[in-house]
Amino acid sequence: MTAGGDEFEFLCRMGDNALVLGQRLSEWCGSAPALEEDIALANTALDLLGQAKMWLDLAAEVEDAGRTSDDLAMKRDVMDFRNLLLVERPNGDFGHTMTRQFLFDSWHVEMLKELADSKDARIAEISAKSAKEARYHVERSAETVIGLGDGTPESHSRMQTALNELWSYVGEMFHDDEVDMSMARSKLAPLPSNLRSGFDRRFRKVVEAATLIPPTGAYAHLGGKNGIRHTEHLGHILTQMQWLQRAYPESEW
Amino acid sequence: MHPDVSEIWNWLEQVPDPEIPVISVVDLGIVRNMTWKGQTLEVALTPTYSGCPATSVIAMDVETALRDRGIDRICIRSKLSPPWTTDWISEKGRKRLEEYGIAPPRQSGGPEKCPLCGSKAVERVSQFGSTPCKAQWRCKSCLEPFDYFKCL
Repeated sequence: MTAGGDEFEFLCRMGDNALVLGQRLSEWCGSAPALEEDIALANTALDLLGQAKMWLDLAAEVEDAGRTSDDLAMKRDVMDFRNLLLVERPNGDFGHTMTRQFLFDSWHVEMLKELADSKDARIAEISAKSAKEARYHVERSAETVIGLGDGTPESHSRMQTALNELWSYVGEMFHDDEVDMSMARSKLAPLPSNLRSGFDRRFRKVVEAATLIPPTGAYAHLGGKNGIRHTEHLGHILTQMQWLQRAYPESEW
Repeated sequence: MHPDVSEIWNWLEQVPDPEIPVISVVDLGIVRNMTWKGQTLEVALTPTYSGCPATSVIAMDVETALRDRGIDRICIRSKLSPPWTTDWISEKGRKRLEEYGIAPPRQSGGPEKCPLCGSKAVERVSQFGSTPCKAQWRCKSCLEPFDYFKCL
């Protein structure tokens, strides 16, 4: 694969993570457990959609094949998506959503911090911009994980269940594949495995404060970011997200 | 002959932010740069939050304001770097926000006082608020909820 090809793949990964998680969080709009939570989730979703647009704009430019960010978001099918499996997982209960958010945010802040030093100035500026938002996201998701983990017996048990269920989706965030290695060689992006220690530090601190037991299993589901094996859930989320372009192709307003 | 850039800055001071109309897009620090390239006016705008839906409305409002003043060759581009910070909100802008009932941003991460009664006994309700740039706080003296412009 060419260098441009790897960069396109990588940019789609960043864009699709933000896009799919933004869409997932939007599903809470109007039905979160409290008004403040509803607003917070919608705001986080909005930040992520904005970031997705910046990443996919750049991906489209790098690909140079006449596609736009809208084409990438609305006209690709399941196997062309490059997001982590974690972000396409269903929302579950509120605790499950916030656990997933905390795991993602903890990776996201580390990734964006490193990407802000990318040799590609456009990657660096999108990352510097997004990193400021991601810091807000992780502050809140960490606080919520602590509040619910160290909460009532019911909330504690739900948080532990969520953490145990989501744990096998953490490994993919730190798995180095050929695209990652090529990006790291060109000094465009960090090796995902190098982000693990920063993630672990925050994770241990928050999980301990939340009185949760950190899972220890080493098994990681892979296949999302390289598009080899998405879960069945991604197709369903795309039917919601893309239905308008599919029902009324090329419609604009 | 085209108008001087400093005069155009004054014109844009009249363009209100679509979400918080008491403050102008200049006082918010969204207009980053303006230069004449030949007969075309190049305007650099920066988004506040990545997903802020006001961003495209602001670009449209700026263009409309410039056209109303007779400038018809306009090139508006988005400038991401350096990323927007609340430090760019002008003193006048901060004052306007407070008068409007929105506590202005502070480095310490919270409002100095309640914008309604001036009490310093305030507490955070949520890190997020009615727009991406605001958080929800509450005054423990007058008991009123209020918006705080998040420090970014």
